[in-house]
Amino acid sequence: MPARCAQRILSLYAINIIANECFSLTADWAGTRPAPTKYMKNLITSALMILVFTFALGVIYPLAVWGVSQVVFPYQANGSLIKNANGEIIGSELIGQNFATDNYFHSRPSAAGNGYDAGASGGSNLGPTSQKLIDRIKTDAENLQKENPNQQIPADLVTTSGSGLDPHISPAAAEFQIARVAKARKISEADLQKLVAKFIEGRDFGIFGEPRVNVLKLNLELDKQWSVASVQ
Amino acid sequence: MTTSGIFQILLYLVVLTLLVKPMGVFMTKVYNGEKTFLDFIFKPIERLIYKLCRIDAAQEMNWKQYGAAMLIFSLVSTIALYFMQRWQFYLPLNPQGLSGVSADSSFNTAVSFVTNTNWQGYGGETTMSYFTQMAGLAIQNFKSAAVGMALAVVFIRGIARFETDNLGNFWVDMTRSILYILVPLSFLAAIFFVSQGMIQNFKPYDTAQTVEGIQQTIAQGPVASQVAIKMLGTNGGGFFNANAAHPFENPTPFSNFIQMLLIFIIPGGFTYMLGRMTKSAGHGWAVYGAMIFLFLVGTFTAYWAESKGNPLYPATVNQQVVGGNFEGKEVRFGVANSALFATITTDASCGAVNSMHDSFTPIGGLVPLTNIMLGEVIFGGVGAGMYGMLVMIILTVFIAGLMVGRTPEYLGKKIEAYDVQMAMLYALIFPLIILGLAAVSAIAPDFGLSSLNNQGAHGLSEILYAFTSGTGNNGSAFAGLNANTLWYNTTLGVAMLVGRFFMIIPMLAIAGNLARKKQIPPSLGTFPVNTPLFAALLVSIVIIVGALTFFPVLSLSPILEHFQMMSGQTF
Repeated sequence: MPARCAQRILSLYAINIIANECFSLTADWAGTRPAPTKYMKNLITSALMILVFTFALGVIYPLAVWGVSQVVFPYQANGSLIKNANGEIIGSELIGQNFATDNYFHSRPSAAGNGYDAGASGGSNLGPTSQKLIDRIKTDAENLQKENPNQQIPADLVTTSGSGLDPHISPAAAEFQIARVAKARKISEADLQKLVAKFIEGRDFGIFGEPRVNVLKLNLELDKQWSVASVQ
Repeated sequence: MTTSGIFQILLYLVVLTLLVKPMGVFMTKVYNGEKTFLDFIFKPIERLIYKLCRIDAAQEMNWKQYGAAMLIFSLVSTIALYFMQRWQFYLPLNPQGLSGVSADSSFNTAVSFVTNTNWQGYGGETTMSYFTQMAGLAIQNFKSAAVGMALAVVFIRGIARFETDNLGNFWVDMTRSILYILVPLSFLAAIFFVSQGMIQNFKPYDTAQTVEGIQQTIAQGPVASQVAIKMLGTNGGGFFNANAAHPFENPTPFSNFIQMLLIFIIPGGFTYMLGRMTKSAGHGWAVYGAMIFLFLVGTFTAYWAESKGNPLYPATVNQQVVGGNFEGKEVRFGVANSALFATITTDASCGAVNSMHDSFTPIGGLVPLTNIMLGEVIFGGVGAGMYGMLVMIILTVFIAGLMVGRTPEYLGKKIEAYDVQMAMLYALIFPLIILGLAAVSAIAPDFGLSSLNNQGAHGLSEILYAFTSGTGNNGSAFAGLNANTLWYNTTLGVAMLVGRFFMIIPMLAIAGNLARKKQIPPSLGTFPVNTPLFAALLVSIVIIVGALTFFPVLSLSPILEHFQMMSGQTF
C-alpha cells in the first residue's frame, strides 16, 4: 500500500513538472521574447531546411550512389540476376527459389508469400512454444525422414528463414539430400558428393558467418552436368 | 556455442574499440566547429545551406530556444512525411503503381521515422514507392539521427560549460552532423554494400522464370543508399519487409559485420567525445567500459540461449549441426551472428533485424526486450543513447553522494534537487507508457489480442515488445503481431512521440541547468567518475532503474514461457 501511494504522488508530481516546463516553454514564445517572429522564424527555417535536405539527401545522394554503383558494380547493383542462354531471367544469385521435384536440391521452407515470393519477404514469426510451429516441423521432419531414414535431419531443412528468401542451405542439409537427388537422376552418390563439396562456400575470409551452399547455383550446375531431359 | 562464433563476437568488440578514439576525436572537431579534413568539400556546402535557410550560424541558443527549434523542425518533418505517403501516387518514381498509404498507417510511419524509431507497421516492398522510400523515409533517417546527435552534444556542452545559457545552435549542430559525419560515412558504406551484392537501381520489379518454371517477382529499388544511413543513424527501418535478413539488404556475412559496426560507431564515438569535451578522458572510457560490460552480458546470454536450441523439436531434427534454434534465421549468418545482431540492434535504438526476434527462444528473446527496457543506454541510438546514459550518470552520482552523505558532484558541478527531479521524470515516463498501453492491449480481445500471431505467454511478449520498442524508439518487433491496425498504429504512434519528445524536454532542462552552474574544485569528498568503481556503480544503477520496473511483467511473458517450453507445453 505505501508503495502504491508513493507511486501515485510521484506520478502527480511528474505531471506537474511537465506542465510547468511546457508552460514556461510557451511563455517564452508568447511573452518575454518577440513571440511571433521567433515562432515564424523557426517555422520558415524548418521548411527551408527540409526542402534543401530533401533535395540533397533524397535526390542527389541516392543518385550519386546509383551512378557510382552502376558504373563500378553493375551486376550487383541490378540484383545479381542469372539469365539463361536466351537472356531470360531465371532468378537471382542472392534470392532463394522453390524446388519441389526430387531432381533438385531443395531450399529451406519459406514463409515469404506462398513460398519464396521475392515481392513479399518475411519470416513465420512463430514463437518457440507455438503449436503451429511444432506441428509444421513434425510433419516436415516425418516426410524428410522417409527419404533418408537413418540420418538426423539438419534443422535448416525444417525451419523457415527470416527473409523467406534464404538462398543457402547448410552443407549438412545439402549432404542430406544427396541420396534423393542421386536416385532421381540415376547418378552415383559419389559423383554428387564431389559436386556438393565444390559448392560449399566457406566463411567470408575464413572468419565471418557460416559455411553454406547456394541452392540455385548448385542446381544449375546439376542441370548442366546431368540434364533432366536425359533422366526423363 | 562454437569457437568460431565466440571469436566473431570478440573480433567485433576489438574492431569497435579501435574505432572509438578516432571517431570521437573527429566528432569533437565537428561539434567544436574546428577544421576537419573534409572542409574542402563540405565547408562551401555548409555555408550555402546557412545562406539558403537564413541561418545565423554564430548565434547560440539557450535550452528552451534549442528545444523549440527542435520541436518545430520535427513537427514540420512529420507533416511533410505524412502527406508524401498519402499522395505517393501523384509523385514520381512509383513504377509499381502503389496507392496512397492509409491515414493511420501514414501517421504511424511519419512519427516513427521522425522520432528515429522506424517501427514499421507496413511491408516496404508492398506499400512504399521508390520516391517515398528515398525522398521521404531515407532523408528522415539522416534528419532524425542528426537531431539525436545535436541533442547529445547539447547535454555534453551543458556539462562542459560553466555559468552560461548558451548551448550552441540547433541548426548548425544538425547541419554539421549530417554533412561531416553521416553523409561521408553513408556514401562509403553504400558503395561497399553494393560491392557485396546489395542493389541500387530504379527498375520496376523483375520477373524471373525459375528453374522449375514458376514465376518469381523480385523486388528492386534504391536499397544501398537507404540501408547505409539506416544502420549508421541507428534508424533501422528496412527497405524490405524482412529488413536486414533480406539477401538484397544484407547479402553477405561480411556486409553483416560492417552493418553491425555502423550501428555502434557513432554512439561509441560519443563516449570518447564526452571525455574529451569535459577534459576527463578517463570518464569517457569508464562510460565505455560500463556499456561494453552490459553489451557482452546481453550478447552471450542471447547466444547461449539460442545455441541450446528448442527442446520441443522432434528428436529426429539435429539443431546442433546448424548451431541451435534456427527458425527465423539465415544460413549465411548462423546463430552467433543472429544473436550478436539482435543484441546490438536493441542496445542501440537501431531496430534493424537480421533474424526474426519473435522466433527466438524465450531467453534469447528476453535479451533484446530487456535491452530496450534498460532505456537503450548501452551505446544507444545516435545521440539518444548518450543523453540517456548521462541521465543515468546523474542518478549514479546522486546515489553515490547519498551513500557517503555529501552533496553529489559531477565533473565540477553540484547535482541538486532540480537535476534529480528531471532525471527521475525522464526515467519514469518510459515505463508508464510501456506498461500502461501494453496492459490495455492485453485485456482487449477486440483490438488488442486480435492482432496476435502467437498464443500463451508469447502473446504477451509480442504486445509488450511492441510498446517497448515504440516508446524506446527502437523499431524492431516481435513481428508476428499485426500492428497495422487502427489501434496499434495510433497508440504506437503516441508511444513513439512521448518516448522521444517527453523524454527530451527534461533532458534539455538538466542540460540548461547544468550549464548555468559554477565550477567547484574537486575535494576529498568528490566521487571520482573515471574509475572502475564508478563504472560498476553505473552498471548497477542502469540495471536497478531499468530492470526492476519491468521484472514483474517480464516474469509473466518470456520467463514464464521459458519454463513452459522446458516442461513441454505448446499453445
